Amino acid sequence: MSDFITSVKEMNGITLIETNGYLNNVGGEEISTICYAKMGEGQTKFLINMAGTKIVNSIGVSILIEIIEKLQEVNGKIGYYNLAPIVSKTFNIMGLTKYSTVFETEELAVNEL
Amino acid sequence: MKKPTVELKLPIIPNMELIATQTAEVIARHMNLTEDQSGEISMALIEACINAFEHSKAENNVYIHFLIEENSLVIKVIDQGIGFDKTKVEIPKIENKIGHDERKRGWGLQLIQELMDSVEFESNNEGTTVTMKKNIK
Repeated sequence: MSDFITSVKEMNGITLIETNGYLNNVGGEEISTICYAKMGEGQTKFLINMAGTKIVNSIGVSILIEIIEKLQEVNGKIGYYNLAPIVSKTFNIMGLTKYSTVFETEELAVNEL
Repeated sequence: MKKPTVELKLPIIPNMELIATQTAEVIARHMNLTEDQSGEISMALIEACINAFEHSKAENNVYIHFLIEENSLVIKVIDQGIGFDKTKVEIPKIENKIGHDERKRGWGLQLIQELMDSVEFESNNEGTTVTMKKNIK
């Protein structure tokens, strides 16, 4: 585990990744490394708990777009919850919400992804 | 009376943009801006700094000037890089990026324009100044 990825767990067949701190290129690569490793094991559903990530940059978010693209190839899904308002707004501007889902809470995310 | 200003000189080192956002947060609190406005300023500032750090090919420092005005906060991000032609920057669309070879990056200008109330670019082969304004509502 790194300073940025503070927890990876599985629940109802979904991989839950918890982040902490700045989602930049380094943070984005850490998320993608976990997702691609899990996809190699057959996992296709991912949720990111971003409660600890109050700030992002477009390079880090672009790596999430790469993950979405790879998940489309295996009919997979990714979602996010506990987003700060500016992170949610950034995801909207960049269009991530057209291809992935923002949830309010972990319970909703796990039940509805 | 002269308007208060804050000036930063940032070396081109990874994550130095966070120094700019911390300064912006202090200024936003001083100006009684909302949390949403403060977040929007920080995000736009991050993107302007990254453009200056990465795309300008500037070798020296990046300068940031915060101008505290009565009804607005004006932020200038100044680099001494190679400049760019804004008319040649395409508006990114996620539909063109997912499932296509197009690179996934290239969102900086779009985010800055969406998050700030006005944005102006002055650029030539001696550098670029991005002037961003957030109005107090």
